[in-house]
Amino acid sequence: MAAVKPAPFTYRRAATLGEAVDLLAADPDAKVIAGGQSLVPMLNMRLARPGTLVDIGALSALDYVDVVAGRLEVGATATQADVAAHPLVRAHLPVLAAAIARIGHSQIRNRGTVCGSIAHHDPSAELPAVALALDAEILAFGPRGPVSYAAASFFTGTFDTALAADEIVTAVQFPLPAPATGWAFAEVARRSGDFALVGCVALLRTDAAGTVEEARLALFGVASTPVRLPEAEDLLTGRPATAEAFEEAARVAAEHLDPGSDSHASADYRREVAAHLVATTLADAFARTPAGSTADA
Amino acid sequence: MPEITLHVNGREHRLDVPDRMLLTDALRDRLGLTGTHVGCEHGVCGACTVLMDDRPVRACLTLAVQAEGRRIRTVESVAPSEDALHPVQQAMRDCHGLQCGFCTPGIVMSLVALHERAEGAGTVAEEEIDETLSGHLCRCTGYRNITAAARRALGADTAPCEHAPEGADR
Amino acid sequence: MSAAPATGGTGLIGTSVLRKEDDALLRGRGRFLADLRLPGALEIAFVRSPHAHAEITRIDCAAARALPGVVAVYSWDDIRDTVSALFLEAEMRIPDQVREAIKPLSRLQPVPLLADGRVTCVGQAVVMVVAEDRYLAEDAVELVEVGYAPLPALVDPLDALAPDAPAVVPGTEDNLAISVEGRVGDVDAALAEAAFVVTERYRSHRYVASPMETRGVAVTLDPRDRSLTVFASTQTPHRLREVIAGTLRVDPDHVRVTAPDIGGGFGQKGVQYVEDVLVPYAAHRLGRAVRWIEDRTENLTSSSHAREQVHDITLAADADGRLLALRDDAVLNLGNANLTGLVVPYNTLTHVIGPYVIPALDLRVRGAVTTTMMATPYRGAGRPEAVFAMERAMDRLARKMGIEPHELRARNLVRPENMPHRTGLMYRDGTTQTYDSGNFPELLRRVVGHLKIDEIRERQRTGDVAPGKRLGVGLALYIEGTGLGPFESGSVTVLPTGRIRVATGASSQGQAHQTVFAQVAADALGVPIDRIDLREGDTGVIGHGVGTIASRSMVTAGNAIHLAALAVREQVLADASGLLGTAPEDLEIVDGIVRPVDEPEAGIDVAVLAARRAPLLVPGTSTGPGAVISETTFFKPPTVTVASAAHGAIVEVDERTGKTEILSYAIVHDCGRVVNPMVADGQVTGGVMQGIGGALYEEMEYGPDGQPRSVTYMDYLVPTAAEAPPYVLDHIETRSTLNPLGVKGLGEGGAIAPPAVIANAVEDALGPDHVHITRGPLTPSRVKDLLRAASSARH
Repeated sequence: MAAVKPAPFTYRRAATLGEAVDLLAADPDAKVIAGGQSLVPMLNMRLARPGTLVDIGALSALDYVDVVAGRLEVGATATQADVAAHPLVRAHLPVLAAAIARIGHSQIRNRGTVCGSIAHHDPSAELPAVALALDAEILAFGPRGPVSYAAASFFTGTFDTALAADEIVTAVQFPLPAPATGWAFAEVARRSGDFALVGCVALLRTDAAGTVEEARLALFGVASTPVRLPEAEDLLTGRPATAEAFEEAARVAAEHLDPGSDSHASADYRREVAAHLVATTLADAFARTPAGSTADA
Repeated sequence: MPEITLHVNGREHRLDVPDRMLLTDALRDRLGLTGTHVGCEHGVCGACTVLMDDRPVRACLTLAVQAEGRRIRTVESVAPSEDALHPVQQAMRDCHGLQCGFCTPGIVMSLVALHERAEGAGTVAEEEIDETLSGHLCRCTGYRNITAAARRALGADTAPCEHAPEGADR
Repeated sequence: MSAAPATGGTGLIGTSVLRKEDDALLRGRGRFLADLRLPGALEIAFVRSPHAHAEITRIDCAAARALPGVVAVYSWDDIRDTVSALFLEAEMRIPDQVREAIKPLSRLQPVPLLADGRVTCVGQAVVMVVAEDRYLAEDAVELVEVGYAPLPALVDPLDALAPDAPAVVPGTEDNLAISVEGRVGDVDAALAEAAFVVTERYRSHRYVASPMETRGVAVTLDPRDRSLTVFASTQTPHRLREVIAGTLRVDPDHVRVTAPDIGGGFGQKGVQYVEDVLVPYAAHRLGRAVRWIEDRTENLTSSSHAREQVHDITLAADADGRLLALRDDAVLNLGNANLTGLVVPYNTLTHVIGPYVIPALDLRVRGAVTTTMMATPYRGAGRPEAVFAMERAMDRLARKMGIEPHELRARNLVRPENMPHRTGLMYRDGTTQTYDSGNFPELLRRVVGHLKIDEIRERQRTGDVAPGKRLGVGLALYIEGTGLGPFESGSVTVLPTGRIRVATGASSQGQAHQTVFAQVAADALGVPIDRIDLREGDTGVIGHGVGTIASRSMVTAGNAIHLAALAVREQVLADASGLLGTAPEDLEIVDGIVRPVDEPEAGIDVAVLAARRAPLLVPGTSTGPGAVISETTFFKPPTVTVASAAHGAIVEVDERTGKTEILSYAIVHDCGRVVNPMVADGQVTGGVMQGIGGALYEEMEYGPDGQPRSVTYMDYLVPTAAEAPPYVLDHIETRSTLNPLGVKGLGEGGAIAPPAVIANAVEDALGPDHVHITRGPLTPSRVKDLLRAASSARH
């Protein structure tokens, strides 16, 4: 049934994180809103019907980007636009900026938050895959105090995460890749700004001779969560970073995927394009390594 | 029903709004600012785009209560006078960048934000113009003239619009 | 027309005058339906069917009625005694000549305003809720309980025509609601002697017009006589007035329909819907102002759809590539109602032949009722479907013959020296289908030149393409009967203020009528364009009209205004002649001043002449032939004018992702005389983009269960600026011989060719030996599916 106006709810703007947690605890049907770019469409269509909406948007203390101890930390109210433009992100984690650039449109990114996108967990969204590829840590706060989740165990299913109903994501910490790590982000979408049919994040580190020391691959749009590709990563490790190796990794990746079909793309399509993206993002990532940037074609 | 203060187009308005009221409805129905249009109410079409603290955002994906404490600008605030249009508006007119005009206010607001940023820098990269425009659906024009208008208004293209010479003085 | 009467000669026709509409629209001062201030207006929301097909077992509105803020809740049983079912008499009318000559089947099917015991598509209105605001109305919608006993869905039109298919509409025996045929010559004999024959099945998929402003209706009621003022986002206010009056059984004089600014229509707002009548019903019954603003999901699922057709087409040529015969058996999906009769099917039938000479034709178009949203005309209205089948078949035939697709076309085009050309078919208005003018070879020659096809072929041969990419080129031609009658009104009045009031029954949805009709009137009359005020889209302003549909407004309304302005000019000259003592033929009108040609300083402003006709206003003046200088004209075109175009595209297909990029899109367009080139280019470009949308992105898809799958803008993919290709826009001008202005219609044309053009280009890119494109949209996934199937067929 079509709807375009939210069902009734009580709106509460939290002045502190503690107040936000208290408000969340007071109503089992409460939901947190920050930028609202994923939640408000669901409110409007009445697909989400919270009893209380706890707005953490005024928590300016959580509007930050910082680098501490080899980790880039993004606070809960930092918008995607601000994060993508942040000098620390551009200097230390350009893959995050590249991924954010593919989220919707600038008008959405001006309100949407990095943490909100991760907490919302649309399986075809960009940032959960980045979090997974980087082994990010999702920091949350609840009645039991601070908690943290490893990205690998955080994304549990479509629009579902390990976050407890009474917890609020306060920040995401992205471990910075080791120096000389190349990166690439690519996705295929129907139109500019659409959710990806398939997307891939690749990180690649090699020695000076071009032998792979570490590979990280995360695909999205191919399952109910973003997926790492340990078989392909293992296959690459210790091998020369060559087009043949990347193609083989792509083949192995495809063998381990079991994507679904929908009206935008068939399962076969997603598998084939996922493999293609694995190969191309690996090549692009390698080109951003010291060894790759000096190598011939 | 909370009473909120909305700062819109340089004026403060005190309003009683239901918690669930969208910013679009508050602007249109409570303040009579119907230039902000509602095209899809799920954040895709861009007709409802307004400036919030100088940045374009979707008013349909913002609750009115969330806008408290923010500076909102709508299309009604853009033209400098009754006799003059904003350079973005003027370029849209000169380049025939609108037909039915329903999506136009949203596009104008996104381009005004870029224009204000460009005033320091001189021009805006074509890629950024294209990215901004891709956040707006227009069903009439085929975009060709909107893109042309945007590039001219933002200094990315200095040639006159295709048909402008004959009508520019009208 | 070479004998066009002398006009004021302002040179305005043919000039890119900037639009009068823009200033208000750019300032946010447009008055779209939802922008109208109606103090105290109630808001409507609808309970709609979640099932494709079901018996309604129970409707319980008690909880909804009890909700505070809810004013009324209506089901069909609550209103059925006081209203009639919806029936679009104007659309269903068939001329006697057509009825007698081709004996078409068009089964009438009045539609109950709310579901009558059964629903036949998802989104059908079941219950109407009236509340103090839209939020509350949606709350109440959730409280209405409707029991459904689901029945099998019937989605595919071919399935619906199967002998054992259950009839969707109660009381009918089958789902065949429309059948029309047209024959010329002996197709079987021609096929027997043909050197080359192709037989293919092509599908045109389902689209939604998707104007940026959804539909909407707002109604106020005059308590003195309970007359209704209906504001509607409609293309056809006069027709809507008749439908409201007829369905609600009230005097048409008690219904005034006004179309405010309309945020796009494209045909979807050219027909009348149940909501268009239900909202006035609620206002009338409650005695209060009421409005309904359609939401986007309603627009996608409950406003009309279009374009779903299956064509079984056979095309035959002799050894020299001369076309001998065309057989086309098309089935269109009407959805759950036959609301617009022969409009789309007959357009398909009379446009599949295109710009070609084909001596033998055997054409049949049938319409099948299914449990999906009804289909009505959308920009092109049956022509894009026909062109897709025909122009795909032409490419396949050229391939079979081993010649360039444009070469096959060149051998078969109607030559300009053979105009007017008769196809041998009867047109929908009962005349013999005739192409009044055109230069099809020039269209083709130019588009081939713009595409630089020889260079593309060379690059294809040498593999001069980026790795993983395939290059292709494709083109298509079409003709379009435009400027449909039966008539349009135009009136021109010189006011004593000196302003010129122009009124017409046409109604703009973005086509710049304020500007282009002012150009026409100012040119004919010899007054400055800024003295012209256009009133349109209002049954209170002019008594009769049809509206803006079918690429008709400049042809019908433009000529009506032109003729009315010329008649006013005669009056002005006669009045001035008496005053100045100069013969009318020695007078001219320049800048609104009537003056002797040889004594320009002795001029009189038309304002003075108008004032002299109004003796009560200006003491001492005498009454002339009438108290005002005014003329109203109804222009009745003899038949349609035939516009034409050639489109082509160069595409690059990424064989790894299946994504298609249009590197260049070329258009050579002929709509006769162009009144405002800027506006004309804008119309064409916008139409092309809609066509590209359908070629690559847009599809209203139904599952086999009858559930629509493209119910938001997340899934119905209207292209953005990022998907817009670089264009080459070119015009030729062969004037129509059928109207004084020499104009042809152009609103729809742009949308007609792109699905065929893009399919032809993509197939060319992928290699026609391997891949056969039979339907769109050419999504990345579908392209990869084609490549995969081709690859497994080779191995």
